[in-house]
Amino acid sequence: MHDAEILVAIIVATMRAATPLVLAGFGELITERSGVLNLGVEGMMLMGASVGFIGTVATGSPIVGLLAAMLAGAALALVFGVLTLSLMANQVATGLALTIFGVGFSALVGVNWIGTPLQGISTDIWPSLSTQSPIVQQLMLLDPIVWVAVLLPFLVQRFIYRSRAGLILRAVGESHDVAHALGYSVLKIRYLAVLFGGAMSGLAGAYLSLAYTPMWSDNMVAGRGWIALALVVFSTWKPLWLALGSLLFGFVTIAQFQAEGLGLDLSPHLLAMLPYLATIVVLVLISRDATRLKLNAPAALGRPFHATA
Amino acid sequence: MTPTRRSLLQASLAVPAAAMLPRAAGAAGPFDVGFVYVAPIGDAGWTYQHELGRKALVAALGDSVKTTYVENVPEEGADAERVIRKFATDGNKLIFTTSFGFMNPTEKVAKQFPKVKFAHCTGYKRAPNLSTYSARFYEGRYLTGLIAGRMTKSNVIGYVAAFPIPEVVQGINAVTLAARSVNPNVVTKVVFVSSWFDPGKERAAADTLISQGADVIMHHTDSTAIVQAGEEKGVWSFGYDSDMAKFGPKSHLTSVTMVWDQYYIDKTKAAIAGTWKSDDVWGGIKTGMVKLAPLNAAIPDPVKAEVAAATDKIAAGTLLPFAGPLKDQSGAEKVAAGKSLSDGEILGLNWFVDGVQGKLG
Repeated sequence: MHDAEILVAIIVATMRAATPLVLAGFGELITERSGVLNLGVEGMMLMGASVGFIGTVATGSPIVGLLAAMLAGAALALVFGVLTLSLMANQVATGLALTIFGVGFSALVGVNWIGTPLQGISTDIWPSLSTQSPIVQQLMLLDPIVWVAVLLPFLVQRFIYRSRAGLILRAVGESHDVAHALGYSVLKIRYLAVLFGGAMSGLAGAYLSLAYTPMWSDNMVAGRGWIALALVVFSTWKPLWLALGSLLFGFVTIAQFQAEGLGLDLSPHLLAMLPYLATIVVLVLISRDATRLKLNAPAALGRPFHATA
Repeated sequence: MTPTRRSLLQASLAVPAAAMLPRAAGAAGPFDVGFVYVAPIGDAGWTYQHELGRKALVAALGDSVKTTYVENVPEEGADAERVIRKFATDGNKLIFTTSFGFMNPTEKVAKQFPKVKFAHCTGYKRAPNLSTYSARFYEGRYLTGLIAGRMTKSNVIGYVAAFPIPEVVQGINAVTLAARSVNPNVVTKVVFVSSWFDPGKERAAADTLISQGADVIMHHTDSTAIVQAGEEKGVWSFGYDSDMAKFGPKSHLTSVTMVWDQYYIDKTKAAIAGTWKSDDVWGGIKTGMVKLAPLNAAIPDPVKAEVAAATDKIAAGTLLPFAGPLKDQSGAEKVAAGKSLSDGEILGLNWFVDGVQGKLG
């Protein structure tokens, strides 16, 4: 096989591996930018994975499945919102509980669907490209959700830094008292951010169960929600760095498999460690400036808001 | 009869599971047998095969036994011990614990209930009332290696493995030796995904191996992702634990399956008759504990005949998968001609044979 083709195979695999991290990560980024820390990403992804799978099998339409997955993720996020925003429960504890609940509830919902074969999201929506080079054909094999994940960082970047709504979102995350004094409804904005986070987590889960490995199985998200959460923090809440971190994590994971398959003389234990190591080192290096870190971290992150006036 | 509380148990993460076990029937009633499963039963995989064994036991002994199971019992923490002890106090007279991680809790509870019989799968700790049992998975792997060696055109087998431990190494070596016995040019490429269950990673590893030229893929992990990857990319695949044909109707060649039926029936009959004794059973092709699923029709008849002949020879003991001469990856001779690895050496296998491309540790 040509070097160029291997390279494209690595790029395609990297994009696929990074997609669930990007989707869930950007949902969480928006949530945290509004000042809410939701540790329930893993649970919401699992709900999205099981509900998305069931919706697709039941209706035969992946679109319905994806919408159902986003609704399921958002529904779980709504529970989180009611508990932490309206009832002011502790966000860390509630988020952890949400993940534990999501693991169990997705298993309960999906119990009769384990092992059901599914075609998966089809990639033949693109025009036939039989005359094109094999490299272009490879890229065209990427499913539409991957392309959503490609666009998302730029949209979020623009939203956060170049739109009025993004400015308000950041204001709520920096100082809810000031935002409140200016007349913004802190709770409404936070609810919206939390719901968006839930919907994106649901989409990320559905990507796993509908496109990445078309199947449903208990716990199939396998910790990707936690990795997405960590990436948000390590990227210091900056959209483009988050995209970079997700791609890097996906790339090193894939490169590890390629290296083993090519028979490079490296210990499998070392290789297994690399995705985590490389991502942490790179993101810590780019965010080592303490002032900038302070500037980027939402100052009101994790603090409950209670309108006093 | 079997209480099916699986949904409830999963929702509750099996923590309060012990509290929900039904009370045992009276002493004069059926013989009570308990099964502890590490994962949800699902419809393929390790735990599913144990569930088939339990069903076979019920079918064989009918009303004279009453079986109960708890699935999705975590290996870590105190849950396993609690579930096993609850089984014992509820009057179960024979308890099967079906995952390696249940070894210490099983041993502990066995000490406290000397009249209850226990059997632990894949462990090595025994006691007067605690047996162990496992299967020679590598014998089935050897047969799939024969098929792989005949079916590959690129002479590259892709092997997605969980961790570099002896049980996994046995399979990789057996496949490679068998494949090279019929096709000396075969190379087995091994990728470790550092997880027993992560469909996404397993899939990515399979895609990588396929992009590097593998046209036969197999796995030692717990999901069906590899067989699905093979079907989608149009390369041959083998399943493991259960028959995975339905996940790759065209490309799935066969699966190495574990069949615990006879063991459960024999052990239970012995316990009822009072002839139960503590022992270690390491069954294989010969005892029917390891079987190949029905072969794909795409496999040519001469290859099928070859596999059937090898199956008979393994059962008869005339074909030993790890018979010498065996060379390791550096070409150094590890087993001389005329000799074979002992059971102890197989259980501690920590080197790859010549023809494996991959690294341990």
